[in-house]
Amino acid sequence: MAHADAHHHDDAHGHDDHAHHGPDKGVMRWIKTTNHKDLGTLYLFFSFTMFFIGGLMSLAIRAELWQPGLQYMDPELFNQFTTMHALIMIFGGVMPGFVGLANWMVPMMIGASDLALPRVNNWGFWILPFAFAMLLSTFFLPGGAPAAGWTIYPPLVLQTGNSFPLLIFAIHLMGVSSITGAINVVVTILNMRAPGMTLLKMPLFVWSWLITAYLLIAVMPVLAGSVTMLLTDKYFGTSFFNAGGGGDPVMFEHIFWFFGHPEVYIMILPAFGIISTIIPTFARKPLFGYASMVYATASIAFLSFIVWAHHMFTVGIPLAGELFFMFATMLIAVPTGVKVFNWIATMWRGSMTYETPMLFAIAFVFLFSIGGFSGLMMAMAPIDFQYHNTYFIVAHFHYVLVPGAVFAIIAAVYYWIPKWTGVMYNETLGKLHFWLSAIFINVIFFPQHFLGLAGMPRRIPDYAVQFTDFNQISTIGAFVFFVSQFIFIYNMLRCALFRHGLQPAPARVWDGAYGLEWTVPSPAPYHTFEDPPEVTDAETPWAGGHAH
Amino acid sequence: MATADTHAAHAAPESSRYFVPNPSAWPFALTIGLALIMYGVGAYLEGRPLPVQLMITAGAAFALYIIFSWFRGVALESERGAYSLQVDRTFRWGMGFFIFSEVMFFGAFFGALFYTRILSVPWLGGAGARLMTNLVLWPHFEAGWPSNGPAHVGGDFEAMEALGLPAINTALLITSSFTVTWAHHALKANHRGRCIAFMWLTVALGATFLFCQAHEYIHAYTVQNLTLHSGVYGSTFFMLTGFHGLHVTLGTLMLIVITLRLMSGHFKPDRHFGFEGVAWYWHFVDVVWIGLFTFVYVL
Repeated sequence: MAHADAHHHDDAHGHDDHAHHGPDKGVMRWIKTTNHKDLGTLYLFFSFTMFFIGGLMSLAIRAELWQPGLQYMDPELFNQFTTMHALIMIFGGVMPGFVGLANWMVPMMIGASDLALPRVNNWGFWILPFAFAMLLSTFFLPGGAPAAGWTIYPPLVLQTGNSFPLLIFAIHLMGVSSITGAINVVVTILNMRAPGMTLLKMPLFVWSWLITAYLLIAVMPVLAGSVTMLLTDKYFGTSFFNAGGGGDPVMFEHIFWFFGHPEVYIMILPAFGIISTIIPTFARKPLFGYASMVYATASIAFLSFIVWAHHMFTVGIPLAGELFFMFATMLIAVPTGVKVFNWIATMWRGSMTYETPMLFAIAFVFLFSIGGFSGLMMAMAPIDFQYHNTYFIVAHFHYVLVPGAVFAIIAAVYYWIPKWTGVMYNETLGKLHFWLSAIFINVIFFPQHFLGLAGMPRRIPDYAVQFTDFNQISTIGAFVFFVSQFIFIYNMLRCALFRHGLQPAPARVWDGAYGLEWTVPSPAPYHTFEDPPEVTDAETPWAGGHAH
Repeated sequence: MATADTHAAHAAPESSRYFVPNPSAWPFALTIGLALIMYGVGAYLEGRPLPVQLMITAGAAFALYIIFSWFRGVALESERGAYSLQVDRTFRWGMGFFIFSEVMFFGAFFGALFYTRILSVPWLGGAGARLMTNLVLWPHFEAGWPSNGPAHVGGDFEAMEALGLPAINTALLITSSFTVTWAHHALKANHRGRCIAFMWLTVALGATFLFCQAHEYIHAYTVQNLTLHSGVYGSTFFMLTGFHGLHVTLGTLMLIVITLRLMSGHFKPDRHFGFEGVAWYWHFVDVVWIGLFTFVYVL
């Protein structure tokens, strides 16, 4: 926006340093910041740190599973690794990654000066390092880290040692972080849009985050309630999950999955938004079926509240429950199918180029669909009795989480890092990173389908001899995939920290990209839209107001 | 602050720009306090050799100090006119969604109450397809409510009656929702004295409610043998009413703060979201209580 350019382009720190409004120096800048871009950066650094720590745990798991028998660790430590790997990747990696992207992009996409509640935004971020320090410190307590699986089912989880209260409190803190972050995003979107940015002109990433934030506000308190019941059952003599006292351990599963299933969509709806942003750019066509994308996202969010017991088909719920949750789950395939077909229709006869973000987006469409199909298989209750608690479910949710959610985060970082840093990343390294990731993610997880169908149970450090070959393929894939990610880290850190000599990025980094974020210079000024920009049809082609 | 300090914004009573606060150490400091409390309580529950009392006390004192500073800062910014109407709308949306999240938190415990009453206790008694559960595991258990389960966890107890103190408490809270609304009308009509009087009346009603509930708890523990240990009835009763009581305590403190602010001249007849947000919160604890009274005490 010309107005914003004139205002800012000569001083990245904004016009009002003299009013003590510029960033502090050194570490205090990051501790005290109320700036959405600073906090977005912090969230993303935190997220990738957690991906690294959780990734190391997954390597330990895969190393142990290289061959039958016990190699490197006792089963107790193995269980601690599987439990902590999941908690760290879900609450520390994927969710903060998406929140970081929302921090950076939502205000710039809707023409807002910042998030609506900047100090609360700071709080939401800084809770996370404390929560995860608390959680990781449990490895050093007597009894070790939690080892009952990330789903923390009683009565098993009540046998956790000294680390139990810290597990519960860490989850409480993560909940506070998520709720404050989500309230901030919802309020920003509802209250901070530039004049003319009507709801059905918003970029799809903003829409998907609006709906995700609703889900977060609705279900994170339920998780907080369920873990509070665990705490009182263990220390204060309540009987919520004790059949002798009239309670029911299965009740925990109901309450947990009432949170847990919407949580699944919390981790994938922002990814849908990212893919719906990237594919039109590199197909050079407006998104096909913008309104249907919005309605599909809202439908998925609604359905996510009435399918939770499909995680519990084998625990012994009434037959009517099995049937209801089976059919409700299969319904989700309809709006999800709308999305996949819209992405394909967007690419249809487009003027396609294959820069790294686009490669990751196309891989997302393929590989997420595989995860969606295996999910549909498990939605059928009678068939799920065979798949339940095997490596098939491990393969399924890693397909939707890694080439799904994580690939979307990676694609988004490639797509927007020129806007954030003002320099282009190295495209050759990007493509190398893509091909290694896309190939070896399948090497890790595709064989796990076969292992699961053949009956290999999950969360067990040992297995029968006939499973060895596929496990070794999977382990090789895991190590190569992990090492490949350092290409990405190097490529991105170079843009962020050592940008001298790199090619400067123009304001509109990609020639097919539209939206307010591309109207400001690269790197985006520290304060972007202190005065709201003008929203034109040309910058919102998805809304159908402008023919291309 | 930047909004007010820059350009010609001084001339206007209210900035046209959205208020983006200066960098702040409050959030980080608050998190340090919370982490100290949680580490302390965690160590206490597991009996670990840490100076838990010190950690909890220091953490709580520090967190309270930061919360006080933060809210004081916000009140001063508000009185200084830093908040435009758009910021006002932010607070409205934000408070609304915060209350929604609180509703969902109580939803988890109401869900546990309904599940145990409607499903798990009857199942233990052999209802539906669960005949064998009863015959094999708990052959002499007859389902009913209130229940402390087939193992009679916590021993015989006397359940809560709806009449008496709970009914009085219901009347107190409903009345207090009216008095806070009358205070709001008085503020809008610029009758500050009447507004403050109604606010103190509301605080008194809230405090009386808490006094009655404390009395009820003591009676439950000493006379009725109804404790947290009394099976699933005791669990749901004390967790639901306990969390509600915590919210009433918090709401009463918030009402006191707002009343003191009214007495020192804060708020205008047309701009007083701090007041309204607390009133919303008070109505929320009232509505939760009506749900509690219906499903925990009466039915």
